[in-house]
Amino acid sequence: MSPLLHVSNISKRFGGFVALDGIELEVQQGERLGLIGPNGSGKSTLVNCICGTLQNEQGAVHFDGAAMDGLAAHQRTHRGLARTFQLPRPFHSMTLADNIRIPMLFTAHKRSGPLHADSVDARCVELLRLVGLHDKARQMPRDLTQVEMRKLELARAVAAEPKLLIADESMAGLSHSEIDDILALLRQLNERGITIILIEHIMSAVMSFSQRLAVLVTGKKIADGKPEDVVRNPEVVRAYLGE
Amino acid sequence: MDLQVELLINAVVAGLLLGGFYAAVTAGVSISFGMLDIVNIAHPAFISLGSYIAYIVNIQFGVDPIVVSIVMLPAFYLLGDAIYRVYYLSFEKRGQESLRGLAFFFGLLFVTEVTLILTFGVDYRYVEASYIGPSLHLGYVDFPLRMLVPCVTALVMFGALHLFVTRTFTGRAIMAVSQDQLALQLMAADPIRIKRIAFGISIATTAIAGALLIIIQPVEPSVGREYIGRVFAICVLGGLGSLPGTLIAAMLLGVMESITATFYGPSWAPAVSFGFLLLTLAFRPAGLFGR
Amino acid sequence: MSTFKFTLVCLLVGAVVFVGGHLFGVGYLFFAGYTILQFVALSSAWNILGGYCGYVNFGSAAFFGLGAYTTVFFYKFFPLPIPVLIVIAAIVCGVVGFGMGYLTLRLRGAFFAIATLAMAVVLQTLVVNWDYVGGSRGAYIVRDETVPIFGFSIEYIEYLFLLMMAVSIIAIVISRTIARTQLGFGFASIRDDELAAEATGVPTLRLKLIATTLSGALMGMAGAPFPYYIGYLQPASAFGLEYGVNSIAMPIIGGTTSWIGPVVGAILLGSLQQIATVTISSAVNLLIVGLLLVAFVVIAPNGLVGLVQDRIKAWRRK
Repeated sequence: MSPLLHVSNISKRFGGFVALDGIELEVQQGERLGLIGPNGSGKSTLVNCICGTLQNEQGAVHFDGAAMDGLAAHQRTHRGLARTFQLPRPFHSMTLADNIRIPMLFTAHKRSGPLHADSVDARCVELLRLVGLHDKARQMPRDLTQVEMRKLELARAVAAEPKLLIADESMAGLSHSEIDDILALLRQLNERGITIILIEHIMSAVMSFSQRLAVLVTGKKIADGKPEDVVRNPEVVRAYLGE
Repeated sequence: MDLQVELLINAVVAGLLLGGFYAAVTAGVSISFGMLDIVNIAHPAFISLGSYIAYIVNIQFGVDPIVVSIVMLPAFYLLGDAIYRVYYLSFEKRGQESLRGLAFFFGLLFVTEVTLILTFGVDYRYVEASYIGPSLHLGYVDFPLRMLVPCVTALVMFGALHLFVTRTFTGRAIMAVSQDQLALQLMAADPIRIKRIAFGISIATTAIAGALLIIIQPVEPSVGREYIGRVFAICVLGGLGSLPGTLIAAMLLGVMESITATFYGPSWAPAVSFGFLLLTLAFRPAGLFGR
Repeated sequence: MSTFKFTLVCLLVGAVVFVGGHLFGVGYLFFAGYTILQFVALSSAWNILGGYCGYVNFGSAAFFGLGAYTTVFFYKFFPLPIPVLIVIAAIVCGVVGFGMGYLTLRLRGAFFAIATLAMAVVLQTLVVNWDYVGGSRGAYIVRDETVPIFGFSIEYIEYLFLLMMAVSIIAIVISRTIARTQLGFGFASIRDDELAAEATGVPTLRLKLIATTLSGALMGMAGAPFPYYIGYLQPASAFGLEYGVNSIAMPIIGGTTSWIGPVVGAILLGSLQQIATVTISSAVNLLIVGLLLVAFVVIAPNGLVGLVQDRIKAWRRK
């Protein structure tokens, strides 16, 4: 079966700095892929290139059988590619419910046809309930705690009814129970059929969640396979612990 | 044919001299916009202010305008410092720079210009100095002293700025703050204080630029407006935050405007700079030398 | 209240104002009223791009002036009734707005603002150098004494007042309708966080182009009757900075997040300026505008409407 996402030979430079160097990556439908790497290794740049926020100079991104080159970020979202941001970026002048409404109005209904106003409202509340924020539907993002913001970020990405969700460091700075919260949520989404790429620094979370693990170091992919094997790969160990 | 060539060479020379002056005018914006990311479109209004202060002192006491501006440097620096404090507290802290910050400076531009109109009226004002009038002649090329002296002064000021930014700790901190605030904090420098100093310097340059302006041409309160486009055009063209790039871009613009004015008439000159700005923004926003 | 009902209410209010003024017969009120309505239209138009989308346009004067000079062009070429000129100005300025947007909307907010300023100056320079419409010498527009309407004969200024009333109502209705539809949500998401908006599927470029086109067209419509109002048009007055600063100051002072803010700002500030011009001087009134703009931007970012909304919220919590 052809992979849902195929990243072939992606390269990206910023001036003289090579951020990504010939990245090859495949993600199968329904898979849980973990992506790790030291700071500055190019993880976020890769996400940006996949999602269209940045344009890669070389290489191609294929998603769901179609080439993504030249497509703007919002068009890729329409095709079923969603992502969260490392630092949550809510729409700060809108209520939580309205934050969820945006992707629903602009993405979800593109595929299922125009939605009735009431059903949109109902869907917003249902999504907030999924992340446990439904009682704050009328509140503003500035009243939320860190973990609640991360959950809103995830809910908003899910509202676009994606086939693939890239969760970019959703757990940074959270406590153990909050991390478990988010992990449970991600598992739930995966069980609903959403393919997930988890980008994280928290090894315990990544190990327990991922079916497969890829490692990025200074713009190159140095490992890709079963988590237990990758973690014992000498190059990976060297990258994290030094020579 | 000879006359055309002579006209062209003189136009180019005049353009280069003008370009030096433009560099002085733009230096401040190179710092505030290029390095601090603050869109101070009121910058030309402060230049007008500098011009008028040079005018008053020159008319009252006969002091050379450039000397006046050097004396005024601390005052303008403090003004810049004060404005940055307000800007920071009201906007940067709250993360609402874009709309509100722009409107704030637009309001300042307006208030300054109208205050000048109310104080001085809309007549043109000019200063008296020994070098306004005579010209140097080298063959058939003219070097009007009223353009040469400002150009040289401008280059000196520009050189001083460049040395400051590349050789002193504070100067390099200013370059750094535009690139990585966190790293700067780790080096035990307070980014807010650095930005305040930078903005103060930015406004201080307008004191000198204002004096140079009123030497080159008579001034009236709204003259600053023509410079808004020029200043940002040069900044963008030269690559944000690059002082050498700004100098080259300023010279380029000066020459282009001069040639246009000589061969097509002065009423087209504003369109040159603004048109160039639009083209640059549309096709190469990183500027000719940009990062 | 549905859009249709709202439009009817506006028309009703407009009719009452007009008939009242006509019966009282104070000519000056119509002159002053025209200016205020002009600002209502300009502020509402500006707010569509500036307040809703967060893209500051310093070049409102460009579209206003372009609308005015479209009228001058046709006056010299082939005189047309003003309502037709308004429509033509809307089309011309809409196209220019689209073009400007296409060239500049990929830029960061600050660059966009500077580009709009540049455009205003380029347009002004083009017009100054265009002799057919009078260039820097200016153009004279001769107008009739009275205009026949529905069998009545009204003063020319009253006719202009009615036209500007119509333009303002159109601007307000469009402004309000946008805010209540999906388009309004899209605009707000762009203003709040354009990157996130794009990532959630909002076609940001397309929406921004809609905003610049609409905004430009409406501003052009506000400028079209101006030559007839003023009688003698020079580039300096058509492209004057007061249009630029007022179309920014009025929405900011009134409040940028709703359709009411620009209207409130325009009526209050416009009236204030009329009074100041008459009693003190026109330069002082601009100074007041500038000071108010700075004060409001620093102290009350959500404008008067925002202050009132906060008051209501605080009162409700008690």
